[in-house]
Amino acid sequence: MNMKNSFFGRIGPYLVPLFLLGLALLASPARAALTIEITGGAASQIPIAIVPFAGEIPQPQSLTGVVDADLQRSGQFRLVDTSGVTPLPHSPGDVIYPDWKGRGADALVVGSIAQLPDGRLDIKFRLLDVLTQSQLAGFSYTIAPTQLRATAHKIADVIYQKLTGIPGVFSTRIAYVVKQGKRFELQVSDADGYGAQTIVSSSQPIISPAWSPDGTRLAYVSFETGKAVIYIQSLATGGRRVLANFKGSNSAPAWSPDGTRLAIVLTRDGRSQLYLINADGTGLRRLSHSPAIDTEPNWSPDGKWIAFTSDRGGSPQIYRMPATGGDAQRLTFEGSYNVSPNFSPDGQSFAFVHRSGSGFHVAVQDIATGQMQVLTDTPLDESPSFAPNGRMILYATESGGRGILAAVSVDGGTKQRLYVQSGDVREPAWGPLSKNQ
Amino acid sequence: MKKLMLSALLLSFLAACASTPTKEKAAVEDKSVPATAAEAPAPAQAQAAVSQEVAVNPLTDPNNILSKRSVYYDFDSSAVKDEYKPMIEAHAKYLIAHPDAKVTLQGNTDERGSREYNLALGQRRADSVKQFMTVLGVPGKQIETVSFGEEKPKATCHDESCWKQNRRTDIVYQGE
Repeated sequence: MNMKNSFFGRIGPYLVPLFLLGLALLASPARAALTIEITGGAASQIPIAIVPFAGEIPQPQSLTGVVDADLQRSGQFRLVDTSGVTPLPHSPGDVIYPDWKGRGADALVVGSIAQLPDGRLDIKFRLLDVLTQSQLAGFSYTIAPTQLRATAHKIADVIYQKLTGIPGVFSTRIAYVVKQGKRFELQVSDADGYGAQTIVSSSQPIISPAWSPDGTRLAYVSFETGKAVIYIQSLATGGRRVLANFKGSNSAPAWSPDGTRLAIVLTRDGRSQLYLINADGTGLRRLSHSPAIDTEPNWSPDGKWIAFTSDRGGSPQIYRMPATGGDAQRLTFEGSYNVSPNFSPDGQSFAFVHRSGSGFHVAVQDIATGQMQVLTDTPLDESPSFAPNGRMILYATESGGRGILAAVSVDGGTKQRLYVQSGDVREPAWGPLSKNQ
Repeated sequence: MKKLMLSALLLSFLAACASTPTKEKAAVEDKSVPATAAEAPAPAQAQAAVSQEVAVNPLTDPNNILSKRSVYYDFDSSAVKDEYKPMIEAHAKYLIAHPDAKVTLQGNTDERGSREYNLALGQRRADSVKQFMTVLGVPGKQIETVSFGEEKPKATCHDESCWKQNRRTDIVYQGE
């Protein structure tokens, strides 16, 4: 520790400007597949000071820069300026609490990065409560340098969980479809848009990606054979197989919470109706029998219900039915167009697309009270998908004539746009919490 | 320079063909073939092909109602408007008279709303035309339906001028 302090003492004067440079690089398009613009913020944000870690400068990526961006993106934190504090603390013993209290910080993050002889990095961090002058969390990680971003997300998750009581989603991934010219690519990236990987690429449209509950597979619909066919693809191996290729359209895959089955939509018996199928493609069973369109099934987290879109009442509205089949109950009544239901992780509400006089917006509705709240004001919003902690909703929207992704907090207070450099982005799906969280 | 000469050749060729619209169309299509096609025999071939096609194929004769192939809809509707019924009836008659002919009815929607609902709506649009043809006596085995939903827009702007073109069922004959 002493060695680190003296090392830091020497580079201290250069730390702040270099750190700012790191942030600038972080925001540049060359480094980011998606960049994020935040509008608004939660009413009561937690003021937190994140001190650049000792030994951070030699790393190609600013670890605390990633943590800063994660927490800021959530809309629930306000970053307290750390410039001008000398020396900057890196362990609890260095911290002069009244300084941080004076700056308005409720929480303080300090830490260090040390290079091990084998090339790996030893990262230590502590989350401190400024008011009680006590430690809330302390972790150390020994990682390969390539895991620096992933570790930063883990640290942000710990901070978020400790200070809000809710699991963070910074280590999760999102899936979406990008249309580049005439190519369609299904991509998966980190929740902050970095590390995008193409899962499958086609000259024909791809829609409706759906994460398996364990995050290892994606179901999706591809038109590559000339019509809609459902595939399931492993993210680890890239191997894929057909889940459903019956006569007519095969679409709208939705995993059961236990991952054993999917609800899908087929037109093999005429109209678009809901069916159940085992994840291995066996055991097809028809679930809905209506004289109308039934589509967009979505399971409640307890597996008991399937919400779906149907125009059996004359206009598309959201209904739910028992996952075992049976009578459907209408859930939406306001307006003539309500589609794309997506249950919140606690099962108490659902997000959907609501058409009002001003266009197609993302809305949420409480199931018990029936109360609806419109969260967005852009005119062509689609495909709402809850973050696995239930705090944000990812959706597709349009800006400047092309498709982009955006996220809105469940109270509508914080909005962010995720830009890709080129192409049309659509069909977002937020992946599950990772197992080790 | 070579390009200029080729353009001049094409221009004079266009002028020569300008008397009838069908020939002009053939000449325009010729632009995509290699430069050698601008030599004398090529236009003659194109001309022959066009006149022959007009003689035998009512499906592509612009003066024949069978060359009309698209049914257009209101937003979130699959109701076939009266103005398209004579056209669908003509195709039904043709299919009955040509039992070997087959059509695919391709349903499409505009970009608004959800992609999956639009996929279902496109299917219903195609099915509504199929149902009409079936009622008129066309055997079901001559008709296939497919929905592209909002995925293959003919017009790509984001207002009604494009949307109305994309709310559509296309009648496509096998082999076209």
